[in-house]
Amino acid sequence: MNTTRRAALGGIASAAIISTAHAQTGPIRIGYSISRTGPNAGGANVTTLPNYQLWVRTVNEAGGLRVPGGARRQIEVVEYDDRSQSEEAVRNVDRLINQDRVDFVLPPWGTGLNLAVGAVLNRGGHPHLAVTSVTERIPELVQRWPNAFFFLGRSSAASEALVTTLQGLQRGQGLGNTVALASVQDQFGIELVNAGRAALNRAGFRIVMDRQYPLGQQDLAPLLAEAARANPEIFIAFSYPPDTLAITEQARIANFNPRVFYTAVGTAFPLFRQRFAANAEGVMGIGGVDISSPRIRDYVARHTQVVGRPPDGWASPVTYASLEVLEQAIAQVGTDRAALIRAIGSGTFDTIVGSIRMENNQRIAQPWVGQWQGENFVAVGGAGTLTPVQFPKPAWRPA
Amino acid sequence: MFIVDVVLSGLVLGGIYALIAMGLTLQYGVARIMNLAYGEFTIAACFAAYVLFTVSGVNPIIALAVAMPASFVINWLVYAIFMTPLVKRAPDAGALEVDSILATFGLLFVVQGVLLVIFGGTYFSYSYLAVPVQILGSAVALNRLLAAGIALAIALALYLLLMKTRMGTAVRAVAVNPASARLVGIDTARYAAFAFALGGALVAASGVLVSMFFTFNASMGVVFTMKALIIVIMGGVGNVLGALAAGLILGLAEALSAGFLDSGLTMAVNFALFLAILLWRPAGLFGKRAR
Amino acid sequence: MNSPIFLAAVAAIAGAFALVQPHLGPFWQSLLINILMYTALATAWALFSGPTRYVSLATAAFFGLGAYTMAFLGEAMPLPMVYLSAAVIGAVVAAIVGLSTLRLSGVYFVIFTFGLAELIRQLVTWAEAKFGGTVGRFVFVPVSPTDIYFMLIAACVAVFALGWWVQRSRLGWALRAIGEDETVARHAGIDVTRAKVLLFSLSASVMSVVGCIMAPRWTYIDATIAFNPIISFQVLIMALLGGAARLYGPVLGVVPLAILFELLQANFPNHFSILLGAVFLAVVYLVPRGVAGLLEKRR
Repeated sequence: MNTTRRAALGGIASAAIISTAHAQTGPIRIGYSISRTGPNAGGANVTTLPNYQLWVRTVNEAGGLRVPGGARRQIEVVEYDDRSQSEEAVRNVDRLINQDRVDFVLPPWGTGLNLAVGAVLNRGGHPHLAVTSVTERIPELVQRWPNAFFFLGRSSAASEALVTTLQGLQRGQGLGNTVALASVQDQFGIELVNAGRAALNRAGFRIVMDRQYPLGQQDLAPLLAEAARANPEIFIAFSYPPDTLAITEQARIANFNPRVFYTAVGTAFPLFRQRFAANAEGVMGIGGVDISSPRIRDYVARHTQVVGRPPDGWASPVTYASLEVLEQAIAQVGTDRAALIRAIGSGTFDTIVGSIRMENNQRIAQPWVGQWQGENFVAVGGAGTLTPVQFPKPAWRPA
Repeated sequence: MFIVDVVLSGLVLGGIYALIAMGLTLQYGVARIMNLAYGEFTIAACFAAYVLFTVSGVNPIIALAVAMPASFVINWLVYAIFMTPLVKRAPDAGALEVDSILATFGLLFVVQGVLLVIFGGTYFSYSYLAVPVQILGSAVALNRLLAAGIALAIALALYLLLMKTRMGTAVRAVAVNPASARLVGIDTARYAAFAFALGGALVAASGVLVSMFFTFNASMGVVFTMKALIIVIMGGVGNVLGALAAGLILGLAEALSAGFLDSGLTMAVNFALFLAILLWRPAGLFGKRAR
Repeated sequence: MNSPIFLAAVAAIAGAFALVQPHLGPFWQSLLINILMYTALATAWALFSGPTRYVSLATAAFFGLGAYTMAFLGEAMPLPMVYLSAAVIGAVVAAIVGLSTLRLSGVYFVIFTFGLAELIRQLVTWAEAKFGGTVGRFVFVPVSPTDIYFMLIAACVAVFALGWWVQRSRLGWALRAIGEDETVARHAGIDVTRAKVLLFSLSASVMSVVGCIMAPRWTYIDATIAFNPIISFQVLIMALLGGAARLYGPVLGVVPLAILFELLQANFPNHFSILLGAVFLAVVYLVPRGVAGLLEKRR
């Protein structure tokens, strides 16, 4: 209760007045509502929830969150399941803010749920660290919700970075210009393919196949048969986790061996490597991490130890980095949420994915194209420290 | 040949669909239990196969020999414990339907919750028999082909069991008219329990086989329940061959529309086909108009 | 039931809901929004399914159509026109569906309506992807949670008044006859099809309006959110649990279930599913005839 009143006063009172002795020792309450069940559970349980747990544990083991003045306060967690439903997510966040009176709310997984709770967080004056919320309309959203920060950028950036990478292979390695496209009929998949199609056309690629398939479809043999017949140099599937696995499996069955093979979301999952083992080699996908960074290596090791499996190589480290941003901003300005929003929007933060500085509440520069090289999903395209692409992708081997 | 690719993948997919629905044909068609937790049992079998394969190194085909009897027993118990009181108190088939919907809806959450506690919510997937088989110059994954083949075998075995044996006759009598079956001395409660448990064994078979190529998590049960319901209703309640035919039709339609119409419309085509068939034959392909 | 008392009770409860609003705070308002939404949906569901005994899983279809009406027209028309459009769209689609499907019976109707909702969901997704350029739609309409709260109260009052009127009208009498025995009703000269389709449309238009009211609350909708089959199932379960045969039955299922969901969710986030399922099973065995049945037995 004490924490709450202090937080409410924070906007008016100065930071010096409110840092009373008690407030410095009591826990900081952090709440989140996440899809433990329902269709979003697969994504939430890979990318978001484990990183929340890992971060809370790491911070608490270090003595707690550092607040101005040097004291440390433990984190106390309040968590709910939104069952992958917008209405539940809205109500849970309403409850976190107004009933549980938490100091901060961490966001749910997925674009739809992030947007559903966006208005509630905005009304409550809470910072909204939107990570797994990727859409073309982010510039418009940050106008409406100045408290919202988007850590993964826009869909078109992903597609354009991919096309730039392909152009590099064309120039340097003799990659041809025929492309087969497949995309899942969901918001992110469609935005990716629209931007990708336009960028491919601009760059002079020839699209020989352009197909979509329904969300949740795991039977994609006819699609891959068609792709194999078109015999393109490049195959790009803007896919989601279950279909990413299904597409890769089916490509191997059909012995379809384009020189570049790209599947989007889910390629970076450890599950992908576990399922395809040596056949993952050379497969490209969305995301990618700078494996030369000691901080990433440390993060992967800690994640593996605490969660029991390695993190995915796209949104997981960024989710963790968004929490580091929060942590550092709290160390600078304390728990006054209005000051915190200003601090996150204007500061530069040192995180596991490198230095983060928001531009109009968005993180722009980041790796966008990853590739399985050995045990790691390394960054090969976009911004940041990149590894050269392994080209061409080796042909599938018999399992 | 593209057409061979498409038709072949459609038939294989259809077989898998039929396999998924086979258990529900018995549970709903004979035992009259509208089992909304059906898909959760399928997913539970997926997990069982996953654990047996990745931890104990037991391959899914051998896992069938463990999972099917285990599921038979579990489903017998489910029927005895949860369904019998409902059957006893239900004045008519409609009341039992409502009660079984409500009860299995609760069961759905329990099974899903247990799976979540044990396995968490992440995706699971492993690779077994993911090798191409060449048929008429077209490559089909062996694991899928096997699942479809076993579906066909189960359908025929079940058909023979129901049509040619004494026990089958009794089961069919229970399915058609439980009240009259009782009059001719058939222990309807036992046969209904048997049908429900046998359906459970088939659920386990489909879960184990499907896990060889399907990426699943604890929340995906509803996908199987819905597919199975559509197929059972389309084929005609309680009709094993109907379920097989409906599965094959939907699989073929899906592949053909992906190959020749628009791959984005596959599921829409399936639902449209299902609705059209019901409008044409209100009791399903092989169903007889009741009441 | 004594009808003036019923109407007075509805008015009194609605008035109490309205009066209490300024003191609620966002959380309690949020909880009541959920209860009001499901009350309107479940009562509308029972309006048709109670007397006719047709179990419909098409709730999500009509709810989603309403939500999409808001997404498409919300910024183009004055809001009252948007709600009216949703009501008309829901009614028209229901009439077309009703005319073609009401000859189905029992479980065939149940699964047909489910298939229908899924077909609409697939078609909307496909059309959006093909022609709309994206699958998600933003709903930035100036409707606050408090507006939604009051509109849902109005929707609940409307659906109860509608139900009361139907029960007293020739239509209600015809429907009860159909529920008892359709063949007899037909022989008695009742235009069975017309009665059923009319009621199906009325029920659907309420569902569409509720979807239309709720859409701005989520900022973003896509077909998966708008046509979520969970909505159909939850409405069905709540109505059946409360008792679909009485107009006030569904609300007796909605309130305890909504509170149960809330309590379990708030206190046991990790074992929510197991506990919910267990409580559910217990309720099914201990309350065999719905909450309404339980109350009547006591009386």
